[in-house]
Amino acid sequence: MPVAKSVLDLIGNTPVVDISTLSPNPEVKIMLKLEGGNPGGSIKDRVALSLIEDAEEQGILKPGATLLEPSSGNTGIGLALVAKVKGYHLKVVLPGNVSPERRQLLLIYGAEIIESPGSEGSNGAVRMATQLAKEHPEWVFLYQYANPANPKAHILTTGPEIWRDCPDVTHFIAGLGTSGTLIGVGSYLKEKNPDIEIWAVEPPSGEMVDGLRNLDDGYIPPIFTEFGGEKLLDRKTVVGPKDSIEWSRRLAGIGIFAGISTGAALAGAVKCARQIEKGVILVISPDGGWKYLSTGAWTDDIDVVTERAKKTIYF
Amino acid sequence: MAIEVRLPTLLRSAAEGQSVVKTEGDTVGEVLRNLAAGYPGLEGQILTGDGSLHKFVNVYLDDDDVRYLDKLDTKVQEGSVISILPAVAGG
Repeated sequence: MPVAKSVLDLIGNTPVVDISTLSPNPEVKIMLKLEGGNPGGSIKDRVALSLIEDAEEQGILKPGATLLEPSSGNTGIGLALVAKVKGYHLKVVLPGNVSPERRQLLLIYGAEIIESPGSEGSNGAVRMATQLAKEHPEWVFLYQYANPANPKAHILTTGPEIWRDCPDVTHFIAGLGTSGTLIGVGSYLKEKNPDIEIWAVEPPSGEMVDGLRNLDDGYIPPIFTEFGGEKLLDRKTVVGPKDSIEWSRRLAGIGIFAGISTGAALAGAVKCARQIEKGVILVISPDGGWKYLSTGAWTDDIDVVTERAKKTIYF
Repeated sequence: MAIEVRLPTLLRSAAEGQSVVKTEGDTVGEVLRNLAAGYPGLEGQILTGDGSLHKFVNVYLDDDDVRYLDKLDTKVQEGSVISILPAVAGG
């Protein structure tokens, strides 16, 4: 392996591991792509690098510029890493109810945190950041939810890696957040083989968004609409915190320490495996478990942890 | 048949504070139309004037988003649960 010149050269090219021992159907293989090995610890490093380099190419980013971004954590952490290396300042609008590890990592990489109400979830962070961007035209607002450079990161890197390493994939399953992973990888894989099904997994929005006043506070990422997300997805399923934690624990049982959203995606894959006759399901593991240790997800009583998880953003 | 419909916090005030309402119907659309007929405050909240799903509302039959099943024509079965949730972002 050649020596990397910069930590940014270590983003991407993540490994896939066969976890079919957890498949409920002997005719269905389950493969897990581990994104936790990225230098900033999540799949969002790819997005962060793409957002910033795209803005540089367009001439929007001048040396020493200040960036603004709403994020429940991972994109913020990725941007903070890339910004630190490239000499930009970063302000992250972060919901109050994310795990303390996410907050600490942002500070470690030198980002400034602007807190948005936890009761409004990511929607509240998006709203606050959009408002701040209007008030501060001197800040560069990359806006992952509407920036084509987000899915582009996955069209150019994640998708081709999956096709290279796992060409017999029949189903692709990932969590739905900004929709960047699903849109980018999904459209790349469908172009290679239109029979591949794209399944989205999402957490229940229920208790997390008690602060929303009416349905018009709802939010659909513009990239989802612009890239034809509704046509692209074959299925969208909700996985609650208890299932997510249980499947994270089962993964730990075979030696894989991944974040809670990985457990959610895996629960979706198991559901898929029960419904199809045979196939190869590729599941994205967005990050490792490190940032969720404080939630007690692996060590405390499952019902206590589940209640805690209902109030914490882990996607 | 009567189907259990779970309402999000922000729609409960329009349904006398209930979080779960038993509603008749054989398809998701039928259940939602009957629900709005029973609680006029819900009229226009879940289904729009032209009868389609509100843009920012996700409706799940058990755990599956009905937009990716047969939409409002998705058949319900005895014991099915319909959940209505606002669309939110992650990331």
